[in-house]
Amino acid sequence: MSAEYHIVVCGSVVPDPLQTLAPMQGPTGPGLKNELMLPAVLDPFAAHSLYEAADLAKKNPGSKIWLVSLGNKMKLQQLMMTIAQKVSFELVALDGSASGFTDSFEVAEVLAGAIENIAGLDRSKLLLFGGCSSASRDAGVTLQMIGERLGLVNQFLAVDKLTSEDGGNLRILERIEGGEYQVSTCSGPPAVMGWATGNLPEPPNNPQVGMANMRTIMPALQKATASQVGAAGMTFEKVELPSQQRKTRIVKDTPVEEIAREIVAWIKG
Amino acid sequence: MDSQTESQTMEVDIACVGFGPAVAGFLNTLTKAMVDDQGQPTLASKVMPGAPLQVLCYERADDIGFGVSGVVTRGRSIKEAFPELNIEEIPMACPVSEEKVLYLMDPIGASKRSPVLKGVDKLLNAGKGILPVWDHAFQLPYIPPFLSKEPGMVLSIGQFNQWIGSQLMASGLVQIWPGMPVSQPLFEGDKVVGVKLVDQGVEKDGTPGPGYLPGMNIRAGLTVVGDGPFGPVGQKLNEHFGFPEDHHQREWAAGMKVVVELPPSCKLQPGTVLHTFGFPEPEIFGFLYVLPNRIASLGIFVPSWLDSPVRTSYRYLQHWMMHPAIWTHLEGGTLLSWGAKSLQESGKRGEPFLAGDGYARIGEGSGSTNVLTGSGVDEAWATGTQLAEGVIELIKAGKPFTRANLEETYVKRRRQSWVEKEGEIAKKARDGFQRGVVLGLIGMGLTGMTRGHLNIPAAIKRPYERVPTLEDYCRGRIPAEEREKIKQEAKAKGVPAYQGIMDRLGWPQIPFDGKLLVSQQDVLLVGGKVQAAAGFADHVKFLSPELCENCHPQLCAEMCSAQAIEPGEGGGIPRFDREKCVHCGACMWNCIRRRENDSERTNIDFSAGSGGLHSAEN
Repeated sequence: MSAEYHIVVCGSVVPDPLQTLAPMQGPTGPGLKNELMLPAVLDPFAAHSLYEAADLAKKNPGSKIWLVSLGNKMKLQQLMMTIAQKVSFELVALDGSASGFTDSFEVAEVLAGAIENIAGLDRSKLLLFGGCSSASRDAGVTLQMIGERLGLVNQFLAVDKLTSEDGGNLRILERIEGGEYQVSTCSGPPAVMGWATGNLPEPPNNPQVGMANMRTIMPALQKATASQVGAAGMTFEKVELPSQQRKTRIVKDTPVEEIAREIVAWIKG
Repeated sequence: MDSQTESQTMEVDIACVGFGPAVAGFLNTLTKAMVDDQGQPTLASKVMPGAPLQVLCYERADDIGFGVSGVVTRGRSIKEAFPELNIEEIPMACPVSEEKVLYLMDPIGASKRSPVLKGVDKLLNAGKGILPVWDHAFQLPYIPPFLSKEPGMVLSIGQFNQWIGSQLMASGLVQIWPGMPVSQPLFEGDKVVGVKLVDQGVEKDGTPGPGYLPGMNIRAGLTVVGDGPFGPVGQKLNEHFGFPEDHHQREWAAGMKVVVELPPSCKLQPGTVLHTFGFPEPEIFGFLYVLPNRIASLGIFVPSWLDSPVRTSYRYLQHWMMHPAIWTHLEGGTLLSWGAKSLQESGKRGEPFLAGDGYARIGEGSGSTNVLTGSGVDEAWATGTQLAEGVIELIKAGKPFTRANLEETYVKRRRQSWVEKEGEIAKKARDGFQRGVVLGLIGMGLTGMTRGHLNIPAAIKRPYERVPTLEDYCRGRIPAEEREKIKQEAKAKGVPAYQGIMDRLGWPQIPFDGKLLVSQQDVLLVGGKVQAAAGFADHVKFLSPELCENCHPQLCAEMCSAQAIEPGEGGGIPRFDREKCVHCGACMWNCIRRRENDSERTNIDFSAGSGGLHSAEN
């Protein structure tokens, strides 16, 4: 027997990590060099949660997905053209900073407020999805705070697998310390799921899904409310990326043991 | 078949293929006519009665700003579309401030120079102190007006596409879908009724795999074909309809470039434009455009008339960068981006049928590039604008998109425009290059100065007809025994032969510094950021593998911009790695085996593919 879920996915843009990311101190605080011209991608952790949400909704007819995104409106628009082809959802857009220099509490407040205002959202069916972390903000606390703000006490973080069982129970596989997994069962929604990697590949681009999503995406973007989430009053002493070393070599048919030996030797210096 | 394996069909009014300057120009003009001052729709949909015109655009690349290039353009049509435009509103763009043409001499002595050029080099060196000669380069004292781009602009087409694409999307009037390759046009007899998208969830050979999603049929009243010089829809139209008499697409070039953060010591000002010729081979042209914020876009063009069986791009690009006249600006800089693209260099002579029942062609694939002035973006945008004006006229008049109606509106506008007039002048400008670089340059000068009345005539050979054997190429430069040894070693290892040949000819090793001069593998990662999602078929196919068996050196692999094609080990069929391909299309015209039953095409089929470059700074 399937259940109906109202799945709210919190996810937004991060600069495409493939690009040249150079931190710099701007007039309004730290940021990335040429940030506005960098292409954006859906935060990889949030992307996993969106694909998992789509899969869960597909297996449980009657379920519905909202994507709540806080980010620069222009960047959100570009992002939507890519992900709207993959998954059916209704967008709730919030126009604000998605840089790594925002305050988690403020972000959580804004997102929770937006979720409370979603028309037709049944809190008894609510599954709050998101990344357990973010590629640009790695405090890993935002989703928990949104849950607390919404009164959701069943919270699962670093989730890798969610199974909807007969009888409505949810079985959750969570990563825990020491490289181990913890299996939990809860009686159903409402609950918070902070996803780690999930198990699903990126869905293919489906033009029909894209067309259906477009009917709500553009109006949602036009209605996006301005949201202040910057770390006002704070100063950052220094921002920098860890230094990188690259020494690419193409090898073929090399046994994994040998590759492992080489890597260990390289790490040891 | 269930709903998952049967092709779905969607109806739209206008389907556009490819989002480049031509389609951007088309959509920019069209959207401005789609609503009135009050924001009410003025052009109604036929497929969705009561709704505004349904206009969709499918772009192959994973974003609308990936996989394109830095340009210098007079930008006449763009400025006309945005009369109030402050160029600096476009990211990475600025007005041209200074323009120079440099003839680069060979400081190494490894390039293949004719006795005439060697004589020229000697004369110039002898005139040092009197002539503007420094850093082994001669600055031309005069830039002919037909070559000059002043007043114009330098910009990154990637950024320009994002800039205009964001505005178009924000209008809510059109949808631009990246990451969605189109596989072919849909024909009903000689009528084009839309396009088919590529299959997803397939294996390398195209057979259905996990998550199979057959390509959707997008049926459209008008298909706007702006998919560039080797786009799959354009190719299929060429195949179906052929070319007008005496028209063909036989001249190509591979453009390869990098985007570099210039060192603080660099004194070049934003808007500086350098054009070069003469080095690393006399046939290779180079460019350097200085963009704002100490960023430069620079690279080379390797033409199809560089008669070498081991021609290549990446190593030549690095030798060009290290020429003293260029290196003086670059040393200490940092590579930000890299990319490559084939250019269709036949211009007006490569023009296909511009319109037919249900379709119209714009941009580079429609032969709009001016091969005399070396200008393409301006012309491409203009053709898009002209088509949009014609389409608006037809919709308002309630007329269908028939060949006759499109001829009367779009094609007529184009024929009366500067694009046509200047294209006609330029038509034979490059013919002389078929007979060598010196005659080519003289021919261009003649054509430019006489506005097309005079040129150096020559028969235009197909690219594969020009390629000499390795024996002929090396004659007098490498002893036969050594040449054969290099060839056999490369063959046995399954690697291109150009490295061994260039080493032997005296080209020095590139001193990789991991910052600006990096290996070809690293440039894919740190420069091109090349990606390819799973679930798509290989888009490069060797049609008659037996033809590849006896082909060596395999020029498709020598010229592959991304080492995505490697020679078959021991001389077998080349290997294609889709995950490394940057979709430059060079393999298509560098294959030296003609296709069975089609003398204008080669043994390589280059079709619609997903992935490629992911750098937004191109």
